[in-house]
Amino acid sequence: MSLSKDQVQHIATLARLRLADDEVGDVVDKLSRIVDFVDQLQAAATDGVVPMAHPLNQGQRLRADVVTERDERERFQANAPAVQDGLYLVPKVIE
Amino acid sequence: MSSDGCALHTRTLTELAAGLADREFSSRELTEALLGRINDLGDKLNAFITLTADEALQAADHADKQIASNSAGPLTGLPIVHKDIFCARGIRTTSGSRMLENFVSPYDATIVERLNQAGVVTLAKTNMDEFAMGSSNETSYFGPVLNPWDHTRSPGGSSGGSAAAVAARLAPAATGTDTGGSIRQPAALTGTIGLKPTYGRVSRYGMIAFASSLDQAGVITRSAADAAMLLQVMAGFDERDSTSVDHPVPDYSAALEQPLKGKRIGIVRQHFDAGLDPSNAKQVRAAIAVLEAQGAIIKEVDLPNLDLSVPTYYVVAPAECSSNMSRFDGVRFGHRAKDPADLFDLYCRSRSEGFGAEVQRRIMTGTYVLSAGYYDAYYLQAQKVRQLIAEDFRKAFADVDVIAGPTSPTPAFALGDKTDDPITMYLNDIYTIGANLAGLPAISVPCGSVDNLPVGLHLVGPHFAEEQLLNCAHRYAMATDWHTRCPEAYR
Repeated sequence: MSLSKDQVQHIATLARLRLADDEVGDVVDKLSRIVDFVDQLQAAATDGVVPMAHPLNQGQRLRADVVTERDERERFQANAPAVQDGLYLVPKVIE
Repeated sequence: MSSDGCALHTRTLTELAAGLADREFSSRELTEALLGRINDLGDKLNAFITLTADEALQAADHADKQIASNSAGPLTGLPIVHKDIFCARGIRTTSGSRMLENFVSPYDATIVERLNQAGVVTLAKTNMDEFAMGSSNETSYFGPVLNPWDHTRSPGGSSGGSAAAVAARLAPAATGTDTGGSIRQPAALTGTIGLKPTYGRVSRYGMIAFASSLDQAGVITRSAADAAMLLQVMAGFDERDSTSVDHPVPDYSAALEQPLKGKRIGIVRQHFDAGLDPSNAKQVRAAIAVLEAQGAIIKEVDLPNLDLSVPTYYVVAPAECSSNMSRFDGVRFGHRAKDPADLFDLYCRSRSEGFGAEVQRRIMTGTYVLSAGYYDAYYLQAQKVRQLIAEDFRKAFADVDVIAGPTSPTPAFALGDKTDDPITMYLNDIYTIGANLAGLPAISVPCGSVDNLPVGLHLVGPHFAEEQLLNCAHRYAMATDWHTRCPEAYR
């Protein structure tokens, strides 16, 4: 296994995922296989190659800094699991 | 006025457009006929997640008024289905995930808006691999789609519902998205035509993101002319998509009939190595011979880094996926876990409950390759290899106009066959992934049959060569009848 159980649990925490005890073994196995598979990239000769970010090597376009959107808060919040007075509700974070 | 309603489902978009223009039937009659067919046969294939019958009939009535007043456009009143990855205002949009099981989109994707404005009638939203992450449609929270050619087999993925719906004549055309082959592979496995345009050609706005530097919207149809008709409306610059490319949109139907005489078609040496099913190889070679018989010049080309395309993809795509999926936090929209102990617990449980196993695997792979200490070794290295792969294509296109080869290594595989090993599933996209990495347009065209299962011919062109691909696909289809074949139970 190229990844340990602890490493996988750390990755899950970074990704804000919770792995059930009975699935950790399977996740470690499959993620290790994926990492082993992509490891073949290490052998490729890439000295001096410019990494590709956009397939047409196009830069990021900027727009003028002007207001273009309408206020549609109510429409958007209709999809929220919990709102009150136009605010999104989450569990208490400050004692 | 009313025509033989049961024959309407056998017609292509182009044929239906002629029928509407000739007042042979109305858009309402057409829409009712197809909705009836979807009701009778749709459940069997599990091709749809949401039916939009009321909206469809309203749109059909509106279209009929436009037709009556001679203010109709080329697509007015024609029915299609949308992959459920495209946001449609006021309609549930799930992306095949429990996370968005109850999400009603507050806005339209650009392509939905453009097709609506063109008068298209949307019949349904199609089933798909969860967040388009899969090659078999088995990762959908709403269950797998069955292949209309053989119900024990996969229609491919991730646009499996769209491909199955078109193959089974439940809709004449469908939209799809393609990040590593998700339009072309299901098209090949169901005997339909699947077009993935150049990266940036069609707006990604309102298309739920998987891997933003690879994702591109396209179509699944039963003829190249139909694909041209839809692309005509979908293509074009959109300021709401920051990676949209501002490039003129040609008349995609204009070049369809052009003779292939002198067209240089490249065959990739590495495509016919081990890994390609010999029966598939035979059919693809026969298809290339058909193009040659029409005057095309066949040349061998090299894509030396082809073998690295799948590993490159499985670094780049999960990395972008892990970033994109971070928006699902159980706070603003989407699934939320019950009774969270604290905010961290709310995030973790909402995401673990809302995402399926494959999506979680890709998020974790992406998180790993982007994490401190691994970024250079994996992500940066993959972006460099991606440049090499794109360079291979650039060199090949100095010698040839189009590259032809297989779309997938085998015909449709059995459901459950590849779900145990992610790598086996990933390798299914070996021939299609390169076009996404290099941002190239590509099309899959039905070109044969093995044990009564369709085989696809894959054509790839340089950036913005959609016209050429549609031309080759059309000329090939005119010389053969594979694209007209229909699974027996759906005739």
